[in-house]
Amino acid sequence: MKKEDLPQEPGALFRLTRELCYVKNEEGKYETALSRGWNVKKEALDSAWDEVNERVEEARKAVENGDKSPVYYFMELRLMDLPVLSGYTGFFSFFIKRHFKPSVFKGLSDKKLEKYAKAFDITVDELKNFKG
Amino acid sequence: MNIDFQTEEFRHVQTAHCENGVTTALLRYHGLDFMTEPLAFGMGSGLFYIQIPFLTINNGPAISFRTMPGAIFKRTCKSLGVEVTRKKFSNPEKAELFLEQKIREGVPVGCQVGVFHLTYFPKEYRFHFNAHNLIVYGQHDDNYMISDPVMEGVTTLSRQELSRVRFAQGPLAPKGHLYFPEKVGKIDDDLIRKGIVKGIRRNIRDMISIPGNFAGVNGIRYTSNNIRKWRDKLGLKKAGLYLGQIVRMQEEIGTGGGGFRFLYGAFLEEAAAYLQDERLSTMSEEFTKSGDLWRSSAIKMAGVYKGRLTEQKDFDEIADMLLNIRSVEKEAFLKLSKMNLGKLV
Repeated sequence: MKKEDLPQEPGALFRLTRELCYVKNEEGKYETALSRGWNVKKEALDSAWDEVNERVEEARKAVENGDKSPVYYFMELRLMDLPVLSGYTGFFSFFIKRHFKPSVFKGLSDKKLEKYAKAFDITVDELKNFKG
Repeated sequence: MNIDFQTEEFRHVQTAHCENGVTTALLRYHGLDFMTEPLAFGMGSGLFYIQIPFLTINNGPAISFRTMPGAIFKRTCKSLGVEVTRKKFSNPEKAELFLEQKIREGVPVGCQVGVFHLTYFPKEYRFHFNAHNLIVYGQHDDNYMISDPVMEGVTTLSRQELSRVRFAQGPLAPKGHLYFPEKVGKIDDDLIRKGIVKGIRRNIRDMISIPGNFAGVNGIRYTSNNIRKWRDKLGLKKAGLYLGQIVRMQEEIGTGGGGFRFLYGAFLEEAAAYLQDERLSTMSEEFTKSGDLWRSSAIKMAGVYKGRLTEQKDFDEIADMLLNIRSVEKEAFLKLSKMNLGKLV
Protein backbone atom coordinates (compact mmCIF):
# COMPACT_ATOMS: atom_id res chain seq x y z
CA MET A 1 0.00 0.00 0.00
CA LYS A 2 1.26 3.42 -0.89
CA LYS A 3 1.36 6.04 1.81
CA GLU A 4 -1.08 8.31 -0.02
CA ASP A 5 -3.60 5.44 -0.20
CA LEU A 6 -3.70 4.90 3.55
CA PRO A 7 -7.33 5.39 4.59
CA GLN A 8 -8.16 8.05 7.17
CA GLU A 9 -11.77 7.16 7.82
CA PRO A 10 -12.53 7.57 11.53
CA GLY A 11 -13.39 4.20 13.05
CA ALA A 12 -14.23 3.02 16.54
CA LEU A 13 -10.75 3.81 17.79
CA PHE A 14 -10.24 7.28 16.44
CA ARG A 15 -10.91 9.08 19.72
CA LEU A 16 -8.45 6.83 21.52
CA THR A 17 -5.60 6.39 19.10
CA ARG A 18 -4.50 6.24 15.52
CA GLU A 19 -3.21 2.91 14.26
CA LEU A 20 0.28 2.36 13.00
CA CYS A 21 0.57 0.93 9.48
CA TYR A 22 3.41 -0.05 7.18
CA VAL A 23 3.24 1.80 3.88
CA LYS A 24 5.44 2.56 0.89
CA ASN A 25 6.81 6.07 0.55
CA GLU A 26 7.62 7.93 -2.69
CA GLU A 27 10.97 6.17 -2.98
CA GLY A 28 9.30 2.79 -2.76
CA LYS A 29 10.67 2.16 0.72
CA TYR A 30 8.67 1.02 3.69
CA GLU A 31 7.89 3.44 6.45
CA THR A 32 5.24 3.75 9.12
CA ALA A 33 2.26 6.04 9.03
CA LEU A 34 -0.74 6.57 11.27
CA SER A 35 -4.29 5.87 10.17
CA ARG A 36 -7.51 7.05 11.75
CA GLY A 37 -9.33 3.98 10.45
CA TRP A 38 -10.76 2.25 7.41
CA ASN A 39 -14.46 2.00 6.53
CA VAL A 40 -14.08 -1.62 5.45
CA LYS A 41 -12.99 -2.48 9.00
CA LYS A 42 -15.48 -0.20 10.66
CA GLU A 43 -18.34 -1.86 8.82
CA ALA A 44 -17.08 -5.35 9.69
CA LEU A 45 -17.08 -4.32 13.33
CA ASP A 46 -20.49 -2.67 13.05
CA SER A 47 -22.03 -5.78 11.50
CA ALA A 48 -20.53 -7.92 14.28
CA TRP A 49 -22.22 -5.62 16.80
CA ASP A 50 -25.55 -5.72 14.95
CA GLU A 51 -25.35 -9.48 15.25
CA VAL A 52 -24.54 -9.28 18.97
CA ASN A 53 -27.46 -6.94 19.58
CA GLU A 54 -29.82 -9.23 17.71
CA ARG A 55 -28.69 -12.23 19.71
CA VAL A 56 -29.19 -10.33 22.94
CA GLU A 57 -32.68 -9.25 21.91
CA GLU A 58 -33.61 -12.82 20.95
CA ALA A 59 -32.29 -14.05 24.27
CA ARG A 60 -34.31 -11.40 26.09
CA LYS A 61 -37.47 -12.57 24.32
CA ALA A 62 -36.68 -16.19 25.12
CA VAL A 63 -36.50 -15.31 28.82
CA GLU A 64 -39.69 -13.26 28.61
CA ASN A 65 -41.50 -16.20 27.02
CA GLY A 66 -40.23 -18.59 29.63
CA ASP A 67 -38.12 -20.60 27.15
CA LYS A 68 -34.73 -19.74 28.62
CA SER A 69 -33.33 -18.74 31.99
CA PRO A 70 -31.59 -15.42 32.71
CA VAL A 71 -28.23 -17.23 32.52
CA TYR A 72 -28.74 -17.53 28.77
CA TYR A 73 -29.62 -13.84 28.41
CA PHE A 74 -26.65 -12.56 30.39
CA MET A 75 -24.30 -14.90 28.57
CA GLU A 76 -25.35 -13.30 25.29
CA LEU A 77 -25.32 -9.82 26.81
CA ARG A 78 -21.71 -10.29 27.90
CA LEU A 79 -20.70 -11.65 24.47
CA MET A 80 -19.86 -15.01 25.97
CA ASP A 81 -20.27 -18.48 24.58
CA LEU A 82 -20.21 -21.79 26.46
CA PRO A 83 -16.41 -22.18 26.66
CA VAL A 84 -15.97 -18.61 27.92
CA LEU A 85 -18.77 -18.83 30.49
CA SER A 86 -17.45 -22.20 31.55
CA GLY A 87 -14.05 -20.59 32.12
CA TYR A 88 -15.46 -17.80 34.28
CA THR A 89 -17.78 -19.97 36.38
CA GLY A 90 -15.94 -23.27 36.53
CA PHE A 91 -19.10 -25.12 35.47
CA PHE A 92 -18.89 -27.64 32.64
CA SER A 93 -20.72 -26.63 29.46
CA PHE A 94 -23.10 -29.53 29.95
CA PHE A 95 -24.32 -28.09 33.27
CA ILE A 96 -24.53 -24.56 31.91
CA LYS A 97 -26.80 -25.82 29.15
CA ARG A 98 -29.03 -27.35 31.80
CA HIS A 99 -29.06 -24.06 33.71
CA PHE A 100 -30.53 -22.42 30.59
CA LYS A 101 -33.77 -24.24 31.42
CA PRO A 102 -35.99 -22.02 33.57
CA SER A 103 -37.14 -25.00 35.65
CA VAL A 104 -33.56 -26.02 36.47
CA PHE A 105 -32.50 -22.41 37.02
CA LYS A 106 -35.20 -21.95 39.70
CA GLY A 107 -33.65 -24.66 41.81
CA LEU A 108 -30.06 -23.35 41.66
CA SER A 109 -28.37 -22.69 45.00
CA ASP A 110 -27.26 -19.19 45.88
CA LYS A 111 -23.69 -20.39 45.74
CA LYS A 112 -24.07 -21.31 42.08
CA LEU A 113 -26.00 -18.16 41.30
CA GLU A 114 -23.21 -16.19 42.91
CA LYS A 115 -20.72 -17.65 40.44
CA TYR A 116 -22.87 -16.64 37.51
CA ALA A 117 -23.52 -13.19 38.94
CA LYS A 118 -19.80 -12.64 39.35
CA ALA A 119 -19.07 -13.75 35.81
CA PHE A 120 -21.75 -11.39 34.48
CA ASP A 121 -20.75 -8.50 36.73
CA ILE A 122 -24.22 -8.21 38.28
CA THR A 123 -25.82 -8.99 41.64
CA VAL A 124 -27.54 -12.28 42.44
CA ASP A 125 -30.81 -10.37 42.78
CA GLU A 126 -30.47 -8.90 39.31
CA LEU A 127 -29.84 -12.36 37.94
CA LYS A 128 -32.71 -13.99 39.82
CA ASN A 129 -35.23 -11.29 39.03
CA PHE A 130 -34.54 -10.76 35.36
CA LYS A 131 -37.83 -11.31 33.59
CA GLY A 132 -36.92 -10.27 30.05
CA MET B 1 6.51 3.56 48.12
CA ASN B 2 8.89 5.32 45.80
CA ILE B 3 9.45 3.15 42.81
CA ASP B 4 9.96 5.42 39.88
CA PHE B 5 13.67 4.74 39.44
CA GLN B 6 14.70 3.26 36.08
CA THR B 7 11.16 3.23 34.78
CA GLU B 8 11.77 6.70 33.36
CA GLU B 9 14.07 5.14 30.86
CA PHE B 10 11.40 2.89 29.46
CA ARG B 11 10.33 4.18 26.07
CA HIS B 12 6.89 3.44 24.72
CA VAL B 13 6.96 2.09 21.16
CA GLN B 14 3.83 2.13 19.02
CA THR B 15 3.55 -0.79 16.62
CA ALA B 16 1.02 -2.36 14.25
CA HIS B 17 0.75 -5.49 16.33
CA CYS B 18 0.87 -6.02 20.07
CA GLU B 19 3.29 -8.91 20.45
CA ASN B 20 5.81 -7.42 18.04
CA GLY B 21 5.52 -4.23 20.01
CA VAL B 22 6.13 -5.81 23.38
CA THR B 23 9.12 -7.70 21.95
CA THR B 24 10.57 -4.58 20.34
CA ALA B 25 10.10 -2.29 23.34
CA LEU B 26 11.41 -4.79 25.90
CA LEU B 27 14.49 -5.63 23.84
CA ARG B 28 15.20 -1.96 23.20
CA TYR B 29 14.88 -1.31 26.90
CA HIS B 30 17.58 -3.90 27.45
CA GLY B 31 19.90 -2.08 25.08
CA LEU B 32 19.13 -3.69 21.73
CA ASP B 33 18.56 -0.37 19.98
CA PHE B 34 18.58 -1.94 16.53
CA MET B 35 15.36 -3.80 17.21
CA THR B 36 12.40 -2.79 15.07
CA GLU B 37 8.92 -4.20 14.73
CA PRO B 38 9.57 -5.74 11.27
CA LEU B 39 12.78 -7.34 12.53
CA ALA B 40 11.04 -8.85 15.57
CA PHE B 41 8.22 -10.08 13.36
CA GLY B 42 10.55 -11.65 10.78
CA MET B 43 13.00 -13.23 13.21
CA GLY B 44 10.03 -14.59 15.09
CA SER B 45 8.60 -16.00 11.82
CA GLY B 46 5.35 -14.19 12.54
CA LEU B 47 3.69 -14.56 9.14
CA PHE B 48 1.20 -17.38 9.01
CA TYR B 49 -2.28 -18.39 7.98
CA ILE B 50 -4.59 -20.88 9.58
CA GLN B 51 -8.27 -21.64 9.65
CA ILE B 52 -8.93 -24.15 12.37
CA PRO B 53 -11.64 -26.55 11.16
CA PHE B 54 -14.76 -27.06 13.27
CA LEU B 55 -13.83 -24.27 15.63
CA THR B 56 -15.70 -20.99 15.91
CA ILE B 57 -14.67 -17.92 17.85
CA ASN B 58 -17.18 -15.19 18.64
CA ASN B 59 -19.65 -17.15 16.51
CA GLY B 60 -17.47 -16.98 13.38
CA PRO B 61 -14.67 -18.98 11.76
CA ALA B 62 -11.42 -19.32 13.73
CA ILE B 63 -8.84 -17.73 11.46
CA SER B 64 -5.43 -16.31 12.20
CA PHE B 65 -3.08 -14.39 9.93
CA ARG B 66 -0.12 -14.79 12.26
CA THR B 67 1.74 -17.41 14.18
CA MET B 68 0.59 -18.61 17.57
CA PRO B 69 0.61 -16.17 20.49
CA GLY B 70 3.90 -16.00 22.35
CA ALA B 71 5.99 -17.46 19.54
CA ILE B 72 7.31 -14.18 18.16
CA PHE B 73 8.75 -13.09 21.49
CA LYS B 74 10.13 -16.52 22.23
CA ARG B 75 11.80 -17.12 18.87
CA THR B 76 13.21 -13.63 18.46
CA CYS B 77 14.79 -13.72 21.90
CA LYS B 78 16.13 -17.21 21.32
CA SER B 79 17.71 -16.23 18.02
CA LEU B 80 19.56 -13.42 19.75
CA GLY B 81 20.60 -15.54 22.68
CA VAL B 82 18.47 -13.50 25.06
CA GLU B 83 17.42 -15.46 28.10
CA VAL B 84 13.83 -14.92 29.06
CA THR B 85 11.72 -15.62 32.09
CA ARG B 86 8.08 -16.46 31.71
CA LYS B 87 5.60 -17.34 34.37
CA LYS B 88 2.00 -18.36 34.69
CA PHE B 89 0.04 -18.36 37.92
CA SER B 90 -2.97 -20.09 39.31
CA ASN B 91 -3.36 -17.55 42.08
CA PRO B 92 -4.08 -13.89 41.19
CA GLU B 93 -2.58 -12.60 44.45
CA LYS B 94 0.71 -14.36 43.80
CA ALA B 95 0.67 -13.14 40.21
CA GLU B 96 0.31 -9.58 41.42
CA LEU B 97 3.01 -9.89 44.07
CA PHE B 98 5.46 -11.15 41.50
CA LEU B 99 4.62 -8.37 39.07
CA GLU B 100 4.93 -5.77 41.81
CA GLN B 101 8.32 -7.11 42.75
CA LYS B 102 9.60 -6.90 39.17
CA ILE B 103 8.29 -3.36 38.82
CA ARG B 104 10.00 -2.40 42.07
CA GLU B 105 13.23 -3.81 40.68
CA GLY B 106 12.73 -1.60 37.64
CA VAL B 107 12.03 -4.39 35.17
CA PRO B 108 9.33 -3.68 32.57
CA VAL B 109 7.26 -6.81 32.08
CA GLY B 110 5.20 -8.13 29.15
CA CYS B 111 1.75 -9.39 30.10
CA GLN B 112 -0.78 -11.43 28.17
CA VAL B 113 -4.27 -10.09 28.78
CA GLY B 114 -7.89 -10.50 27.75
CA VAL B 115 -9.44 -7.62 25.83
CA PHE B 116 -12.99 -7.90 27.17
CA HIS B 117 -12.37 -6.08 30.44
CA LEU B 118 -9.65 -3.78 29.14
CA THR B 119 -11.10 -0.48 30.33
CA TYR B 120 -9.12 1.88 28.14
CA PHE B 121 -10.30 0.21 24.93
CA PRO B 122 -13.55 1.51 23.48
CA LYS B 123 -16.46 -0.80 24.16
CA GLU B 124 -16.79 -1.63 20.45
CA TYR B 125 -13.47 -3.43 20.55
CA ARG B 126 -14.06 -5.49 23.63
CA PHE B 127 -14.73 -9.06 22.58
CA HIS B 128 -13.45 -12.09 24.44
CA PHE B 129 -10.01 -12.27 22.92
CA ASN B 130 -7.33 -13.41 25.34
CA ALA B 131 -4.05 -13.04 23.50
CA HIS B 132 -3.50 -9.31 23.65
CA ASN B 133 -0.12 -8.16 24.96
CA LEU B 134 0.98 -5.07 26.84
CA ILE B 135 3.87 -3.90 29.00
CA VAL B 136 3.64 -2.89 32.64
CA TYR B 137 6.53 -0.54 33.30
CA GLY B 138 5.77 1.26 36.52
CA GLN B 139 3.48 1.82 39.42
CA HIS B 140 2.00 4.99 40.79
CA ASP B 141 -0.17 4.83 43.89
CA ASP B 142 -2.76 2.22 43.07
CA ASN B 143 -2.25 2.38 39.33
CA TYR B 144 0.04 0.49 37.02
CA MET B 145 1.66 2.32 34.15
CA ILE B 146 0.83 0.55 30.93
CA SER B 147 2.46 0.67 27.53
CA ASP B 148 0.03 -0.90 25.07
CA PRO B 149 1.93 -1.10 21.79
CA VAL B 150 -1.06 -0.50 19.55
CA MET B 151 -1.71 2.87 21.18
CA GLU B 152 -0.04 6.18 20.41
CA GLY B 153 0.58 6.95 24.06
CA VAL B 154 0.87 5.20 27.40
CA THR B 155 -2.00 4.63 29.78
CA THR B 156 -2.78 3.25 33.23
CA LEU B 157 -4.79 0.45 34.78
CA SER B 158 -5.78 0.12 38.40
CA ARG B 159 -4.54 -2.84 40.37
CA GLN B 160 -7.94 -4.45 40.15
CA GLU B 161 -8.38 -3.75 36.42
CA LEU B 162 -5.02 -5.26 35.58
CA SER B 163 -5.61 -8.35 37.67
CA ARG B 164 -8.92 -8.84 35.94
CA VAL B 165 -7.54 -8.81 32.40
CA ARG B 166 -4.59 -10.99 33.40
CA PHE B 167 -7.03 -13.56 34.69
CA ALA B 168 -9.52 -13.39 31.85
CA GLN B 169 -11.12 -16.76 31.16
CA GLY B 170 -12.06 -18.76 28.10
CA PRO B 171 -9.94 -19.99 25.18
CA LEU B 172 -6.26 -18.95 25.47
CA ALA B 173 -6.85 -17.79 29.07
CA PRO B 174 -3.68 -15.89 30.03
CA LYS B 175 -3.46 -17.24 33.62
CA GLY B 176 -1.48 -14.21 34.64
CA HIS B 177 1.15 -14.99 32.00
CA LEU B 178 4.06 -12.56 32.13
CA TYR B 179 7.47 -12.54 30.48
CA PHE B 180 10.60 -10.43 30.27
CA PRO B 181 14.20 -10.69 29.07
CA GLU B 182 16.40 -11.90 31.91
CA LYS B 183 19.86 -11.73 30.47
CA VAL B 184 21.17 -10.22 27.27
CA GLY B 185 24.51 -11.37 25.96
CA LYS B 186 26.76 -9.84 23.36
CA ILE B 187 25.01 -9.33 20.07
CA ASP B 188 26.85 -8.54 16.86
CA ASP B 189 25.67 -8.15 13.28
CA ASP B 190 26.57 -11.71 12.54
CA LEU B 191 24.13 -12.98 15.15
CA ILE B 192 21.42 -10.69 13.79
CA ARG B 193 22.03 -11.99 10.27
CA LYS B 194 21.79 -15.57 11.49
CA GLY B 195 18.56 -14.75 13.27
CA ILE B 196 17.14 -13.24 10.11
CA VAL B 197 18.02 -16.26 7.98
CA LYS B 198 16.68 -18.65 10.58
CA GLY B 199 13.45 -16.67 10.82
CA ILE B 200 12.97 -16.74 7.06
CA ARG B 201 13.65 -20.47 6.83
CA ARG B 202 11.23 -21.28 9.61
CA ASN B 203 8.60 -19.12 7.94
CA ILE B 204 9.11 -20.95 4.66
CA ARG B 205 8.58 -24.23 6.49
CA ASP B 206 5.44 -22.97 8.26
CA MET B 207 3.83 -21.61 5.13
CA ILE B 208 4.85 -24.25 2.59
CA SER B 209 5.55 -27.56 4.28
CA ILE B 210 3.17 -27.65 7.21
CA PRO B 211 1.11 -30.84 7.05
CA GLY B 212 -2.65 -30.76 6.57
CA ASN B 213 -4.70 -28.59 4.28
CA PHE B 214 -5.89 -25.87 6.62
CA ALA B 215 -2.66 -24.11 7.58
CA GLY B 216 0.07 -22.26 5.71
CA VAL B 217 -0.57 -21.25 2.11
CA ASN B 218 -2.92 -24.22 1.76
CA GLY B 219 -5.00 -22.79 4.58
CA ILE B 220 -5.84 -19.87 2.31
CA ARG B 221 -7.18 -22.36 -0.24
CA TYR B 222 -9.11 -24.10 2.55
CA THR B 223 -10.85 -20.82 3.44
CA SER B 224 -11.41 -20.10 -0.25
CA ASN B 225 -13.22 -23.43 -0.63
CA ASN B 226 -15.29 -22.64 2.43
CA ILE B 227 -16.30 -19.22 1.12
CA ARG B 228 -17.60 -20.75 -2.11
CA LYS B 229 -20.10 -22.75 -0.07
CA TRP B 230 -21.05 -20.22 2.58
CA ARG B 231 -23.85 -18.49 0.68
CA ASP B 232 -25.82 -21.72 0.22
CA LYS B 233 -24.81 -23.33 3.47
CA LEU B 234 -25.18 -20.43 5.90
CA GLY B 235 -27.45 -17.97 4.14
CA LEU B 236 -26.44 -14.49 3.08
CA LYS B 237 -26.55 -12.89 6.50
CA LYS B 238 -24.39 -15.37 8.32
CA ALA B 239 -22.02 -15.65 5.37
CA GLY B 240 -21.61 -11.88 5.55
CA LEU B 241 -20.78 -12.08 9.25
CA TYR B 242 -18.21 -14.77 8.58
CA LEU B 243 -16.56 -12.63 5.92
CA GLY B 244 -16.64 -9.72 8.37
CA GLN B 245 -14.80 -11.88 10.85
CA ILE B 246 -12.08 -12.64 8.29
CA VAL B 247 -11.60 -8.92 7.69
CA ARG B 248 -11.48 -8.22 11.41
CA MET B 249 -8.90 -10.94 12.00
CA GLN B 250 -6.87 -9.52 9.17
CA GLU B 251 -7.09 -5.89 10.18
CA GLU B 252 -8.32 -5.17 13.69
CA ILE B 253 -5.99 -4.54 16.57
CA GLY B 254 -8.23 -6.15 19.17
CA THR B 255 -7.84 -9.49 17.44
CA GLY B 256 -4.16 -9.23 16.75
CA GLY B 257 -4.43 -8.00 13.16
CA GLY B 258 -2.05 -5.54 11.64
CA GLY B 259 -1.41 -5.80 7.92
CA PHE B 260 1.01 -8.64 8.42
CA ARG B 261 1.92 -8.98 4.75
CA PHE B 262 3.15 -5.37 4.61
CA LEU B 263 5.01 -5.97 7.82
CA TYR B 264 6.75 -8.95 6.25
CA GLY B 265 7.58 -6.83 3.22
CA ALA B 266 9.15 -4.26 5.55
CA PHE B 267 11.08 -7.06 7.26
CA LEU B 268 12.52 -8.36 3.99
CA GLU B 269 13.57 -4.83 3.08
CA GLU B 270 15.48 -4.59 6.37
CA ALA B 271 16.82 -8.09 5.87
CA ALA B 272 18.15 -7.08 2.44
CA ALA B 273 20.21 -4.34 4.10
CA TYR B 274 21.55 -6.60 6.85
CA LEU B 275 22.46 -9.38 4.45
CA GLN B 276 23.56 -7.06 1.63
CA ASP B 277 21.31 -9.07 -0.66
CA GLU B 278 19.26 -7.13 -3.24
CA ARG B 279 17.18 -10.22 -4.02
CA LEU B 280 15.42 -9.84 -0.69
CA SER B 281 14.25 -6.35 -1.65
CA THR B 282 12.68 -7.86 -4.73
CA MET B 283 10.99 -10.47 -2.56
CA SER B 284 9.71 -7.67 -0.36
CA GLU B 285 7.68 -6.51 -3.37
CA GLU B 286 5.92 -9.88 -3.55
CA PHE B 287 4.61 -9.49 -0.01
CA THR B 288 3.57 -5.91 -0.67
CA LYS B 289 1.58 -7.32 -3.56
CA SER B 290 0.04 -9.95 -1.32
CA GLY B 291 -0.88 -7.32 1.27
CA ASP B 292 -2.54 -5.21 -1.42
CA LEU B 293 -4.46 -8.26 -2.63
CA TRP B 294 -5.66 -9.04 0.90
CA ARG B 295 -6.91 -5.48 1.15
CA SER B 296 -8.74 -5.72 -2.18
CA SER B 297 -10.37 -8.95 -1.04
CA ALA B 298 -11.45 -7.20 2.18
CA ILE B 299 -13.11 -4.45 0.12
CA LYS B 300 -14.97 -7.10 -1.86
CA MET B 301 -15.97 -8.93 1.33
CA ALA B 302 -17.25 -5.64 2.73
CA GLY B 303 -19.61 -5.52 -0.24
CA VAL B 304 -21.22 -8.70 1.07
CA TYR B 305 -21.59 -7.70 4.70
CA LYS B 306 -22.87 -4.29 3.68
CA GLY B 307 -25.53 -6.11 1.68
CA ARG B 308 -24.48 -4.67 -1.66
CA LEU B 309 -23.16 -7.96 -3.11
CA THR B 310 -25.52 -10.90 -2.84
CA GLU B 311 -24.90 -13.29 -5.74
CA GLN B 312 -23.05 -16.59 -5.72
CA LYS B 313 -20.74 -15.12 -8.36
CA ASP B 314 -19.60 -12.55 -5.78
CA PHE B 315 -18.66 -15.34 -3.39
CA ASP B 316 -16.88 -17.14 -6.22
CA GLU B 317 -15.01 -13.97 -7.03
CA ILE B 318 -13.86 -13.59 -3.41
CA ALA B 319 -12.83 -17.25 -3.34
CA ASP B 320 -10.83 -16.74 -6.53
CA MET B 321 -9.13 -13.69 -5.07
CA LEU B 322 -7.97 -15.83 -2.16
CA LEU B 323 -6.66 -18.50 -4.53
CA ASN B 324 -4.70 -15.79 -6.27
CA ILE B 325 -3.26 -14.63 -2.93
CA ARG B 326 -2.34 -18.20 -2.14
CA SER B 327 -0.38 -18.56 -5.35
CA VAL B 328 1.41 -15.22 -4.83
CA GLU B 329 2.47 -16.20 -1.31
CA LYS B 330 3.36 -19.74 -2.30
CA GLU B 331 5.53 -18.52 -5.19
CA ALA B 332 7.20 -15.99 -2.93
CA PHE B 333 8.10 -18.53 -0.26
CA LEU B 334 9.24 -21.04 -2.87
CA LYS B 335 11.54 -18.40 -4.35
CA LEU B 336 12.83 -17.58 -0.88
CA SER B 337 13.46 -21.25 -0.22
CA LYS B 338 15.62 -21.53 -3.32
CA MET B 339 17.82 -18.62 -2.32
CA ASN B 340 21.13 -19.27 -0.74
CA LEU B 341 21.11 -16.75 2.08
CA GLY B 342 24.48 -17.63 3.43
CA LYS B 343 25.39 -20.46 5.70
CA LEU B 344 24.18 -20.78 9.24
CA VAL B 345 27.10 -21.64 11.43
